[in-house]
Amino acid sequence: MGVIDMTVQNLGLDRPLLTVNTLTKRYGIRIGCADVSFDLFPGEVIGIVGESGSGKSTLLSCLAGHLQPDLGRVTYCGRDVLAMPETERRRLSRTEWAYVHQNPRDGLRMGVSAGGNVGERLMAVGARHYGSIRDTATDWLGRVEIAADRIDERPSAFSGGMQQRLQIARNLVTAPRLVFMDEPTGGLDVSVQARLLDLLRGLVRDLGLSAIIVTHDLAVVRLLADRLMVMKGGRVVEQGLTDQVLDDPQDAYTQLLVSSVLQV
Amino acid sequence: MTALTQDPAYNFAYLDEQTKRMIRRAILKAIAVPGYQVPFASREMPMPYGWGTGGVQVTAACLTPDDVLKVIDQGADDTTNAVSIRKFFQRTAGVAATEATADATVIQTRHRIPEVPLHEGQILVYQVPIPEPLRFLEPREAETRKMHELEEYGLMHVKLYEDIARHGQIATSYAYPVKVEGRYVMDPSPIPKFDNPKLGGCPAIQIFGAGREQRIYALPPYTAVVSLDFDDHPFTASKAPHDCDLCGADESYLDEVIIDDAGGRMFVCSDTDFCAGRQTAGHRGRLSPKAAGKGM
Repeated sequence: MGVIDMTVQNLGLDRPLLTVNTLTKRYGIRIGCADVSFDLFPGEVIGIVGESGSGKSTLLSCLAGHLQPDLGRVTYCGRDVLAMPETERRRLSRTEWAYVHQNPRDGLRMGVSAGGNVGERLMAVGARHYGSIRDTATDWLGRVEIAADRIDERPSAFSGGMQQRLQIARNLVTAPRLVFMDEPTGGLDVSVQARLLDLLRGLVRDLGLSAIIVTHDLAVVRLLADRLMVMKGGRVVEQGLTDQVLDDPQDAYTQLLVSSVLQV
Repeated sequence: MTALTQDPAYNFAYLDEQTKRMIRRAILKAIAVPGYQVPFASREMPMPYGWGTGGVQVTAACLTPDDVLKVIDQGADDTTNAVSIRKFFQRTAGVAATEATADATVIQTRHRIPEVPLHEGQILVYQVPIPEPLRFLEPREAETRKMHELEEYGLMHVKLYEDIARHGQIATSYAYPVKVEGRYVMDPSPIPKFDNPKLGGCPAIQIFGAGREQRIYALPPYTAVVSLDFDDHPFTASKAPHDCDLCGADESYLDEVIIDDAGGRMFVCSDTDFCAGRQTAGHRGRLSPKAAGKGM
C-alpha cells in the first residue's frame, strides 16, 4: 500500500461524506424529486443541473434538512441525518454545513452589519471575544474581496455581487466540510459571475470543501464540479464525470441541454 | 398607609376567580422554569395596552386582602401610571397601599427595581412591553421559540457586537439581556442596566407580565442571573455620574430633569421613596431648598 493510499485511508477520504439513498419527495400527487441516490466524497464537488421545475432545489432542501423527504435515507459521516434529533441537525447546519442561498437576502441578516453577519456563526458556536471575532470577520471579508473599511456597513449598502460574496464569507467562516449552494451565481451579471466563480473555485480548493451546487448554468458546473447529475421531471436522467457528461451526453435530454447553450 | 373599602360591584381585584386561577397556574409554571416565557390567556383590562395590563393581571392574581401594595412608574410613586393602577386596586380590591418599599408585600413596577433592597416574602411585578429578547433580530415567533428550545443564543451576542461596532461600547442601556440559571436568555423588561445586578440573588419573587404579548415569566428567589457580555467588553452597570441634587445620594439611579431653558438641569433619584426617606433622615443635595441656609 502506498503512502497516498494510507493517508487517504487515515483521513477517511475513501469513505463517502454524504450518502443519499432513494430520496423521494412528493408534493401531493406531483413529484418533487424521486429515487435519487449518490455518494459525495470528501473534497468532491457535485453539480446538479436541469431546467426549472426539475426538482433540483427540492433535492437540495431535502439534503440540507429544510424539507422532510417522504422516502429514502441521507447519511452524513455515518449518521442518519433524517433520524437525528433537531438539536443535532441544527448544530451540524451551523458548524459543519453551510447553505448559500440564491438570493443573498435569504441568507443574510439585512439589518446587521457585514461584520456581524460574518461573526454570527462564530458567536453561535460560542465565540465571546469581540476583538477576535472582529479580526476573523475582517480576514474573511478580505478573502471574499470586500474592503475592510466596509465591515460596519449593512448588506443593504452592498451591490448584488458583494452581498453574494458576503453570504459566502458568512457561511465559510466556521470552516464547514459540506456546502450546499443553490444557484450561487443566479441574478449576477457575467463579469461579476466570473469573479465569483473564480473566488469559489479558489476557496473550494484551498479549504478542501465538499460541495453540492445546484444550477441551471452549465458553465458553472464545468468550472466547479467534479461530477455532474442531470435532472428532469424530478428524476436523475444521467450522472457521471462533468467533462464526460458535457462532452459526450448520452441521454436525449442532456443532449438537448448541452446543445441549447448559446455560443457567443 | 391608606386603605379604601372595596367597591362591591367588582370581584376581589377586578378579575373573576377562574381567570385568576389560570394566571396563577401560569405564574407557578414560570417560577418552576425560571426565565421561560409561559403563554397565558391575557384579558382585556380597563386600561390601554402599554399601561401595564400584564403587570396588573399578575398583581390581581397575587393579591390577598392582607397585602400592602406599592406601585411605581420609573421609580416614582406619584406619576400617572402608578397613581391610576394604585387607585384601581384600592377600589377593586380594597387593599392597603404604601409608598414605602420595605412595608409593601406586592410591588408593581414599570422600568425600575427599588433602591431599598427587597426582602423575603415580597413580590415584585414587572410590566413588560415586549417579552422576547430576540424579537428585534428574529421577527418570526416560531423561530424564536425554537431558538429558546435549542438554546441557540448566538444571535443575542450579534446585537451586542453591533453595539460595540457602532458605538465603541455596549450601548444597550435598558432591557439588557440576561441569562437565567445558565439556561434561558431573558429580557428583564426595560429596566436600566444599572438595575441588572439586583435581578440575581434577590430574596423576593420577581414576576414579569406582558399583557399584549400574553406571556408571563419569573425569577424565583435567589436565582442566578448573568448579564450577557463579551470577554473583552464586560458588562458594566452604568448611571449618570452625579449625586442626587435633592438627597445627595451617590449610589442611586438618577433622572435628569431640565429646569429652565438656559441649559440648567438637575439630577434626582428616580426612586422617589428612597429619595424622600433620605431627605427625612437629614441628607441634603446641591439644590435642596434648605441647603442654602447651611452655606453649601
